Amino acid sequence: MMSQTLNVDQIRKDFPILSRRLHGNKALVYLDSTATAQKPVTVIRAMEDYYNQTNANIHRGVHTLAEEATAAYEGARERIAKFIGARHAREVIFTRNTTESINLVAYSWARKNLVSGDVVILTEMEHHSNLVPWQILADERGIRLEFIPVTEEGELDLLTYQNLLELRPKLVAFSQMSNVLGTINPAREIIEMAHRAGAVTLIDGAQSVPHLPVDVQQLGADFLAFSAHKMCGPTGIGVLYGRRDLLEAMPPFLGGGDMIKRVTLRSFSPNELPHKFEAGTPAIAEVIGFGAAVDYLIQMGMNNIAAHEHAITRYALDRLSEISGLKLIGPSAEKKGGVCAFTMEGIHPHDIAQLLDREGIAVRAGHHCAMPLHQRYGLPATTRASFYLYNTFDEVDLLAEALERAKELFG
Amino acid sequence: MDDLYREVIIEHYKNPTYRGVLDPHDISFEDENPLCGDQIRIDLRVNDAGVVTEAAFSGHGCAISQASADLLLESIVNKPLEEVKKISKQDLLDLLGLENLGPVRLKCALLSLKVLKAGIYGLGETDDLLVEEEE
Repeated sequence: MMSQTLNVDQIRKDFPILSRRLHGNKALVYLDSTATAQKPVTVIRAMEDYYNQTNANIHRGVHTLAEEATAAYEGARERIAKFIGARHAREVIFTRNTTESINLVAYSWARKNLVSGDVVILTEMEHHSNLVPWQILADERGIRLEFIPVTEEGELDLLTYQNLLELRPKLVAFSQMSNVLGTINPAREIIEMAHRAGAVTLIDGAQSVPHLPVDVQQLGADFLAFSAHKMCGPTGIGVLYGRRDLLEAMPPFLGGGDMIKRVTLRSFSPNELPHKFEAGTPAIAEVIGFGAAVDYLIQMGMNNIAAHEHAITRYALDRLSEISGLKLIGPSAEKKGGVCAFTMEGIHPHDIAQLLDREGIAVRAGHHCAMPLHQRYGLPATTRASFYLYNTFDEVDLLAEALERAKELFG
Repeated sequence: MDDLYREVIIEHYKNPTYRGVLDPHDISFEDENPLCGDQIRIDLRVNDAGVVTEAAFSGHGCAISQASADLLLESIVNKPLEEVKKISKQDLLDLLGLENLGPVRLKCALLSLKVLKAGIYGLGETDDLLVEEEE
């Protein structure tokens, strides 16, 4: 079966790792892109070229290499800003990853703007990265945390959310797409409701930005956090998008080189955006790789990628639900991205993942950094298969067949 | 389908001999593997001579962690605690008949031994050092 929207056979040739064979010449079937995506050769080459031809520290040097490195670094920022529909490149702050981006908001914005008794609304489907920073703040400052419940079908209960907004929260922080359920949350609606209640909003876009067209202006987003490595880019680099007026009013996060305008022995004045939040030598090669990843995704088309994943997810849900004893969690295909988490009667998720691995199939098992969500469903762990632009319908068949064999073994 | 899932593992996973809780007990400890949520509690009854007379485990986890707990308890009943303290990581892997476990699954296999030792030593928490290769 072929996808109508992407030439997946051609795309697969862009990813060297996908031709790897393991465990006795079995083709790699990579179904763990929700954890981290594979990298196209253009991204790998962009970083290699940088180290081979350009390597220099940025912003201060006047020699040719430094100027080229600075231009490449800032050029990537501009393309990433455009990719998410930001008004200005200076609204794009480079961090290590989504987690650090959320921590930046918790340490800088929240510590300046929240006091004891203030309410922060999160959801029951959050990744630990959008829970723990707020728990630390709650302990330290007496902030009150409230949670939008998740329904049995795996969607946010927006009626309860409406009621929670009467608490006049200062912040609503939520994942746009669940890394376990795959649920795509109605971000625009959640933000509009938050704004009417006077709250600032933070989107955890770790899963949504790689897989869906995301436009911060269209969403009305205040903050958006995401990571390069889940969108075909390198590890160690992520973004915090922040609305300019919010970022301007925030105190620095980390102090050091590059984030200052002037320093005396006892004081400093911070640099302007975005440098105010980028202390020290950044991950220059990774930013350049990130830029190449965004170029690649734009070339493929985010709408095409979303449509392909939608088709493959629909097919996977159909195939998996034919397996007796297999229970999927999360909403129906129309409401979710390319994530299928499931349990199988009598087989622990670790054992499933291990057995699949021996057939060359990479999936993830565990709580996927969302323990409270698993508690919500009364499950210690799930197995998760996830899809990206390079996955095929044939790979879904291989998964389903291997699961049948695992069932027989444990029968 | 896989050499890891030898019959002995599947058998002890599906039909464990020592699954349950002991109430009252002389020693009880429970812990989990924070990476994957596998959870094991071990209860022991020990006589005046310091010999384990009864043992039971409860909790949940993968076939490796649960079979490991069952095999481990099978091996310690009627043994003095002093001898149980000397059980090494390799001893347990030999019981399981597993070699070349990757670092992730090794944690599954060793959880029961960590819980057992932490319980016997009366520690507040498990510690990887309890099952590190000694000597």
